[in-house]
Parts: sequence; structure tokens; C-alpha cells
Amino acid sequence: MLIYALKRLSIALLVAITVSLITFSMIYLSGDPAIALAGETATQQDIENIRKVYGYDQPIIVQYLTWLGHALQGDLGHSHYLKSEVSEVIFERLPVTMTLGACSLGFALALSIPLGVLAAMRPNTLVDRFALTVAVIGQALPSFWFALIMIFFFGVALRWLPITGSGSWMNFIMPSIALGYYVTPAVMRLTRAGMIEVLSSDYIRTARAKGLRPMVVLFKHALRNAIIPVVSLAAVQFGFMLGGSIVIETIFAINGLGQLAWESILRADLPMMQAIVLVLSCFYIVLTFLADLLNAFLDPRIRVS
Amino acid sequence: MSETADNKSVQGPEIAERIFDEPSPGERARKRMFSHFGFMFGAGVLLAIIAIAFLAPLISPHDPYDQQLARKLIPPVWHDHAKATWEFPLGTDQFGRDYLSRLIHGSQISLLIGFAAMLISGVIGTAIGVAAGYFGGRVDMVVNFVITTRLSLPVVLVALAVVSLVGNSLTIVIWVLGLLIWDRFAVVMRSTTQQVRNLDYVAAAQAIGCSTTRIIFAEIMPNIVNNLIVVATIEMAHAIILEAALSFLGLGVQPPAPSWGLMIAEGKNHMLFDPWLVGIPGTALFILILSINLLGDGIRDVTAPENRN
Repeated sequence: MLIYALKRLSIALLVAITVSLITFSMIYLSGDPAIALAGETATQQDIENIRKVYGYDQPIIVQYLTWLGHALQGDLGHSHYLKSEVSEVIFERLPVTMTLGACSLGFALALSIPLGVLAAMRPNTLVDRFALTVAVIGQALPSFWFALIMIFFFGVALRWLPITGSGSWMNFIMPSIALGYYVTPAVMRLTRAGMIEVLSSDYIRTARAKGLRPMVVLFKHALRNAIIPVVSLAAVQFGFMLGGSIVIETIFAINGLGQLAWESILRADLPMMQAIVLVLSCFYIVLTFLADLLNAFLDPRIRVS
Repeated sequence: MSETADNKSVQGPEIAERIFDEPSPGERARKRMFSHFGFMFGAGVLLAIIAIAFLAPLISPHDPYDQQLARKLIPPVWHDHAKATWEFPLGTDQFGRDYLSRLIHGSQISLLIGFAAMLISGVIGTAIGVAAGYFGGRVDMVVNFVITTRLSLPVVLVALAVVSLVGNSLTIVIWVLGLLIWDRFAVVMRSTTQQVRNLDYVAAAQAIGCSTTRIIFAEIMPNIVNNLIVVATIEMAHAIILEAALSFLGLGVQPPAPSWGLMIAEGKNHMLFDPWLVGIPGTALFILILSINLLGDGIRDVTAPENRN
């Protein structure tokens, strides 16, 4: 287990370093960052000054290492636009996006796992068909459009829910559904496939044969094993949702990382953009690392291979 | 046909009937295909949308770019409204452009971006996936690492950031999406190649000294192409959704082009009184993606029914 964990950890670190390199190189995508910063009316002297102040005159490898060194100490740079420290702004906004992600994941799991279990209990029946339909529709619904439809019905027409802001828990209902619904099909399909496989295995037959109550067999024996791959999928999807929340946060005007990313892109606030990409990527890396560890812990077969 | 006729005359009608009744694997697949609702529905709708996209200039009743403020925001014909007219069956938008014509021309953008981005990502993903699956060892390690790295970058955010920095045009959106969404191709092609490469006929081809290129293209590729097509449908749908989301946020296809995502964004501000402005392009998007997904699921069921669960 320890060797497996160390192996996974070293891969995760390597990935994180590569991601940081990619993120860093973003500033050179639009050409010379000094010219971009200086604006259109700048003289050659201004550009030279900016180049010196921001260190753009140094070799790229030095710039990268300086940037990485600062990032590791929690200093993600200075936002030219907001005139404040990037890391401070990010930590201010992060809890909102985390709440949204957690609510969305909660909604997705609460919908997809029971549906998947029901579908697996009665394969190829009406229940199964219904679950499949939910999955097929979920995969084809663009989340931003689904969000607008919900806003129209529950926010504007029925006036049940607030349509913008992030002040109360009511604000999170529609965004969580819009964001969570998109990952429902994948989780449901995996739960269904896992349950069908487990339910046809020998130890379930034994458990049934010795007369255990069907509910005990289903939840204590079957679901426990079928849920293992769902755990790692859920972790992966949580990472995707944090990245995908940019669209939903923009629509519902939720004051989280996604909206911050969107605003930073609009005003070409590069340090902020870089930092958000880096933070979200690192979250994904940590999540998948933890999921792998949890998986190996729950399923000893993974550790060995 | 002539063969069965010969059988009939030589061996008698009963035997011929039995030979005739025994369907070949291809016939069985065709039969499954035609009796598979999802496949037929998906293929039918997708073909219809492709036909609409190709015939767009011929079948559009109006010019999709023609703005006339005098006729703005006419509701669709099913609205019980004095202004609703069959001249504009789906109404007009806030600039007085015919909504049906814009919808028809929008299908070109969605299909073009979906197909082109799928092609780019398919080439990248298949190349590295097959290489990892076939060669294994170090190559596999490197490819695995590249896939993990790619997965840890948030797609929407990176696509938006890159488009905003490099500039936005149809070509750039296609390339950015194509270069970002190859991960599923690589993952699936890698695992299917791993399965195929251990089969006897690959070993046989290696034993008689076939070149690696020949083995990959003549032995491996034909046997993973079904999976490739299924992933291709998933990624085409994915690219279309991403394009719509990018255009919706204003960083994809630029106005006045009639991208469905852009139409939803433009209609958003009028949603309160004219919800169909958002409803119609969204429904079109939903139907297109649904048909591609159903087609993909259908191909998987028809070609490999054992993988259905």
C-alpha cells in the first residue's frame, strides 16, 4: 500500500509540475506580455520599464522558476486590474465554488445512485427504461440552456427561487441542479453496470440462499462492492464540475471562482487567469490522487497490480 | 441470388430454405440495426440535420443576416398573436432577422465545428492511444502521463482563456477544441488496442515478419474501428456542446453568425417576454446532440451487443 501510494504521489507531483509549466506559458500565448500590459499609448521606454519591473527581460526558465517558487509559497502574483493579491481574491471566492460543487455532486449522487440501483434490480423493465431515458436526456441537455429554462420556469414564471446571487441556500438550488444533472448519466450507468455484475456473483447467491433479507443483501453486500468505482468517478466528476462551474456561475451571477475566471478573461487579467487554472488543476490532481488511494484501500486487488 | 436458385433445383426446397434462412453475421448486424430504435432514430434525425445544413442556402426562406427593425420580435406561428405569420414560421429575433433561416444556417456551424474538432482530436487521441496500447512499456507510461495531465486541465476554462488570448474565429475555436478533447479517444483506443494486440492473429502477423505499420493498420485498426466510431460520436456531441457554451459566453463564434449558442445568448435578455428566442435554438441543440448520442449508443449495441451493459 505504501509503495503504491508513493508511486501515485510521484506521478501526481509530476503532473502538477507539467500543469504549472503549461499555465505559466499562457502569458506568452498573446505575444509579448509587456506590450500587452503597457497598452496602446505606451512608448518604447514604458515597455522596457514594464519588462524590467515584471522580470520579462530575464530568461524564460528563470521567470518560470521564480513564478513557481512564489506560487509554492502561496504568492500567485498581483492582479493588475483588481490591484490586489491574486491568492487573497481566490481564497475569498473558493468557498462559494466549493459549496456549489458539493451541492451539485450531492444532487447528482442522490439522483443517480438510487436510479442505478433500481435499474440494476430490474434490468430491461420499465424502471430500467426510465433510468436510461433520464441518462440519455441528461447527456444531451446543454447545462447552460437547462439553467436558462429553469430560471424561466422557477425563477420568472413561478417565482419560487431567486435567479441571481449567492446569498442564501435558495440561491444554490437551481445552479446545483444545472451543474449536477450533467454528471448524473455517467454515475448512473456505472452504478447500474456495477450492480448488475455484483448481483450475478456467487456470494450474492450464497447470501440469498442462506435466507438473508433482500434489503440486507442489496445494500450491505451488493451496493458496498458496486459503489467502489463510483467513488473514484465521483471524485473525478467533482474536479470537472469545479472547472465547468464557470458557465453556471456566470448565468446565476454566483460570486465564485468561475465568475472570477470569467471576469478575468474579459479584462485580460493574466495573473488571475493563470492562478485559477493552476488552482483548479491542482484540485483535480489532489482529488484523483485521493480517489486512487481510497480505491486501493477499499479494493486490495488494485494495490497488487 | 443465383446460388440459392441453384441450391433449390439440386437439393430440394426444404434444404434451400434452411440455407436461405441462416443469416450471415452481416445480415444479423443489419437486422439488429434496422430493429434498433435508437440507432434508426439517431441516424435518421442526424441525416436530416446534415441535409438541412447542406441545403441551407436553398431552403432558407430569408437571408439569415437581413436585419429589419420594423419586423423585430415577431413570435412563432403557434403563438396566438396578431403579428405571428407564416412568412416567419419561427418568428424573428430582436434585430428582425428570420429565426428559421438563422436556425437552418446555424446547423452548418454546429456540424462543421463538431465534425472538424472530432477529426482533429480523433487523429491525436487514436495515434497516441494505439501507440500506447501496442508498444506498452515506456511509451505507455508517457502517454498515460500525458493523458493525466490533459485531464487535470479544466477544458472550458482553458478553451476560454486560450480563445481570449489568441483571438476568436471559427478556425481557432475548432483547433482549440480539437487539441483539448482527445483524451477519451486516447483512453479508449489504448485499452482496446491492449486487448487486440494479444490476440493470435497479431502474433501470427508478427511471426511472419509484417512491419509494425502494417500490423497497426491492417490487423489492429480494423478491429478497433467500431469503438473508434462510438467515441467519435461522443466527442462530436461534446465538441458541439462546448462550441455552444463558448459562443454563449461570447468567446466562440462571433456575431452576426447564427451559432445556436450565440442565438441563445442573444435571446437571453428577451427571455422574460419572448422565451421562444431561447427555447428554439436550445431545442435544436438538444435534438442534434440527442441524435448523435443515440446513433453512437446504437452503433455500440449493433456492433458489440455483448457490451451493452
